[in-house]
Parts: sequence; C-alpha cells; structure tokens
Amino acid sequence: MSSGRKSWTGAVRDRAVAVLPPEKLLPDSQPAYMSSWIYVFGVLSLVSLVLIIGSGMILLLQGPDWWHTSSIGHFFNSIHMWSVELFFFFMVIHLWGKYWMAAWRGGRRRVWITGAVAFVVAVPCALTGYVSQQNFDSQWISTQAKDAMNAAGIGSFFNLMNFGQMYSYHVLLLPLAVVALVAAHIILVRKHGIVPPFNLSKSVAPATNGTPSNGSPVGPRATPGPAARPGPRFVPVPAQRPDPVPVPEVPAGREVPAVPEVPAGRDVPAGREVPAEPVL
Amino acid sequence: MSRESRRREDESYREWKGAYSPYDILREATIAFGVVLALVLLLTVLFSSPDLPPSTIRSWSRTDPVDFVTTAATELDGSSTTGGYGPPYNDVTANTQHIGPFYPARWFGVSQPINSAQDFVLAPLRSLTGQPALQAAISTYEAAPAKTKAAWTAAFESALGKARVTSSDSITVKPGNYGPVPAMLGSLLRFAQFGGLDGALLTSDQFYQTNYTEPLMFMADGGVLTDRAQQQRLLGPQWGMMNETGQYPGQVWLWLYTFWYQIKPFSTSANGDILVMGIMGVLSLAFILVPLIPGLRDIPRRIPIYKLIWRDHYRAQRAGG
Repeated sequence: MSSGRKSWTGAVRDRAVAVLPPEKLLPDSQPAYMSSWIYVFGVLSLVSLVLIIGSGMILLLQGPDWWHTSSIGHFFNSIHMWSVELFFFFMVIHLWGKYWMAAWRGGRRRVWITGAVAFVVAVPCALTGYVSQQNFDSQWISTQAKDAMNAAGIGSFFNLMNFGQMYSYHVLLLPLAVVALVAAHIILVRKHGIVPPFNLSKSVAPATNGTPSNGSPVGPRATPGPAARPGPRFVPVPAQRPDPVPVPEVPAGREVPAVPEVPAGRDVPAGREVPAEPVL
Repeated sequence: MSRESRRREDESYREWKGAYSPYDILREATIAFGVVLALVLLLTVLFSSPDLPPSTIRSWSRTDPVDFVTTAATELDGSSTTGGYGPPYNDVTANTQHIGPFYPARWFGVSQPINSAQDFVLAPLRSLTGQPALQAAISTYEAAPAKTKAAWTAAFESALGKARVTSSDSITVKPGNYGPVPAMLGSLLRFAQFGGLDGALLTSDQFYQTNYTEPLMFMADGGVLTDRAQQQRLLGPQWGMMNETGQYPGQVWLWLYTFWYQIKPFSTSANGDILVMGIMGVLSLAFILVPLIPGLRDIPRRIPIYKLIWRDHYRAQRAGG
C-alpha cells in the first residue's frame, strides 16, 4: 500500500495466517509419538457432533411433532439420539485420555479449558433436547429436574416446563455455544499442536524433547518433521514480502529499464522489510 | 520440583522438535465420519428410539379419578406440592432450599406465579358458564371463612381415602360435612374427563401456547407421572436421571449428578437439590480448571498411564539410546 499502513482486513489476515498458517490448520504430517488409538476419540467426537447437527436440522425442517407421526421422522430422531449417545461416549474417553496425557502442558491450558467447557455446555444442550421431545420422557424429566433448577435460582429464566423456551435453547442458543467452543478448541489444538509425551529423564532438554540425542527420526515410519528442519517451517506470509513493483507495459520497440539493485552494504529504506529467503 | 524447574519443564513441551510421520487430516476425518455414520445407522436400525406418549389430564382423570380429585382438593386448599412450593411459583418461604444463609431460589422472586386454587380449580370451573348450580357452589366456597374452607377440604380429602369408583368413572364418598367441595370437584372431574381441563390450564391471553408449566405442575402433584415413571425405571432411587423410557440408555453422563441423590445426607435432606447443584458446580469448575489446580494437575505425572499411551514412543526412544 502506498500509505505504508495496513488495512484492518490485511492486519487481521496477516495475524491469522501468522498464528495459524495453512500447514498447521490442515497438516499433512503429525508428531511421531501419536501412535495410540486414544487419539481417535477427538475426531470421533467431532464427527458425532456433525451428525447431531445434521440430523437435528432435518428434524427442524418439519417441526417438533413430525417425528411422532412419521416413520421417516422417527428414523431421523433415532439417528439424532444415537449420535448424542456416541458423542458423549467418545467425548468422555477423549477427555480421560487427555487428562492422563496432562494435555494442558506447554501453554495448552486454553485447549483443555475450551474442551472442558464444551463438555459442560453440551450437558444442558442435551437436557433441553430431552425435555423438548413432547412425550412422557420430557414430562417426567422436566417436572423432576425443575427442582434443581429452581433451588439454584436458575428456574426463573430457564423453565424446563416451558416447551417454547427449551426448544429455542436446544435448537439455537446452546448448539451455537457448543459449536463455537468446539471450533475454538480445534483452532487452539491446531495452533499449539498435540501435547508431546512426558520427559522421562529428570533433566529438561527442550531442544531434544522426546528425540534421540542423535536427532534421528523416532520409529521406523517416522520422518524428520518440518519443525526439525533448519530455518522457518512456513513460507513467509505475503505481508512480509516487499510490495510488488508494478511493471509497466512496454511499448513495442522500447527497451525495458533495469530495476536498480540495492548495493551491498547499503541500508534498506525505512518502511521496507527485507524479503525473507525462500524455503526450499 | 521448584517452580522454576516446573516452568522450564512446561516450556519444554511447548513445541515438538522431534520426528514427524505422514498424516492426512481430511482422510482421517472422512473415515471417522463414515465409521460413526455406519455405527449410528446400525444402532438406529437395530434399536430405533423410544417415544412413550405423554400423559394427559384427560387420561389421568379417567384411569385414576380418585387420585385426580384428591390432587384437585389439595390444590384447592393449597396443601399440594405446588401450593407450598415457594419461588418461582409463589411467595411461600417455608420450603425454600438453601445452603447456609444463601437462598438462590429467592433471588429472582416469583417469576412464574401460580395460585394453585385459582389457577387449577376455581378459574377452570368459572369458565363453565351455563351451570348455575356450579357457579353458586363456587360462590359459596369463596365466600366462606378460611377456617371453614379448610375444614371442608380436610374432611373431603380424608373421605377420598375410602372413595369408590362407579362404573361411569365417577366417585362416591361417605356422607359428611364437605360444603360445596364435592359439587365443585365433581364438575372439575367431568370437565377433565372430557378433555377440557387440558386446554383450560394452557389458556392465557394468547392464542398460541408453548408453556406447559401449569398442566405439568398439576399432574406432578398427583401420582399419574410417578406411577408411569416407576414402571419405566425413572425414579430417583432407580438412578432414573440416567435412564430413558423403555430399555434405552438415557443421559448416562449425568451419573455423577444422580449419584449424590443416592447417598446421605443428600438423599434425605430437605436441601438435597441445592446441595447437589452446589457440589456439581464446584466439581464442574474444578474439572474446567484442572490445569491450574496443584495436585489435581500432577496426578497424570504420578500415575504413569501415559507410559501406556506413548509406549511406542518410549520404546523407540530406548532403542535409539
């Protein structure tokens, strides 16, 4: 830009790409220590959530009483219910696994906290679904659970026997919160990476964390990752490059003037960053 | 371990500087989606999902008219659960749950007012115009002193203990001094048996209705919901919070909530609900803040389940010298 100031959009884009470059967001390699089935339960929780939302949206299209009167509706209600059961099952295993890995280490506290809050918010999200079923189960659950809500002072604005209110919470407000929390959780996971194993030795050696002293790859399948390579792992973002020099169209028959090179030892003009060396 | 060495160790986990393996995140997500979808479809085809029809006041008054009329009598004299509930339904304070000096139920006052006598009995009966005898009975009842009303309803409730159900689903009680109460509640029973009370308890100033608080509170005061819940294993002592109707799993993730209700002092305390909510609030906060709680955050280091999780990594590390 001619003014030398970044636009808001450019600043946000540059910041986003710097924090979460495409190679971190959609990685094609992973740390070699991730060779346990326990790692599968995070993605299983996520796809269960996708199924919950998908089946819920289909149920939404026809309204809350459709599934009581239509076999197709009942089918999608069953998909919805079993997706919820699996979602919590996978998420509980995922959380236990992450607890025993102490997955908050190395600046990953927010990763744990967003995941834990997502679980806590998912509980009332499911509860509002149970009391929105419009059958005997919702009658019983709402009349029983109201006492806990009222005792805690929540019942005044979270009335389990008010179907309209519970339905709103169930199909919009709480799912929005769960999805937002899960999205934040995933972004943080991608940003910080998966927590490395505990160091077994008492001495702390950050430079060789979990890596043999000779620096060789761990395990037969493993290859040295980008982080182990010299230099920056990611291609510099566009903002770090100098502004492109516009090339005017050359009239036929005229010679193109050469772009003057900066002489060795001469300072780069203020406001212009030194272009980073390309990574090969 | 000193704070500094702990900080240095924690810092050493910030970025993995070791080896990487090939990985395809989209492929993994696609496969996971396919597997979970197949599992969900299998469960759906094999087990479907439960859908037990709701109870109605109409069905309740037909299948158990004595319980219906007994409940209506307690609503009339205010001795029902709803009548003595307190906030957010009325201003009765005797039964409000609390932890020490804290009464959270009172913080927001009576936000959903219910007068059990007016809302469940008198107002629906007043809507039955064209029945001068009934309207006269209501007027007599309303004009009577409180002490007289209480004597009528108490005597009638006592007599209902030996009531008989006739072939036409009406009930008879032995003669006594019940004032206009039998005439009123007899009319309410017939109104309910024809389905009118279901609608009357929903009706307010608006045409569209989505708030079922009043009919549900009325039914919950009787035995209609409890009887069905017991058959479906939904009662508190049956760990019902985790169950669904039929043989289906319910909200099994609430096991810890319902666990507290199974043990003393929570199972017998008049403040059981607020105590359990308080405990679960503290535990939920601790769960969220595990990384910040000394001791709790150190357990994974001390109980080395991580050696099982990362056994391949440690094995390779040993092999590498």
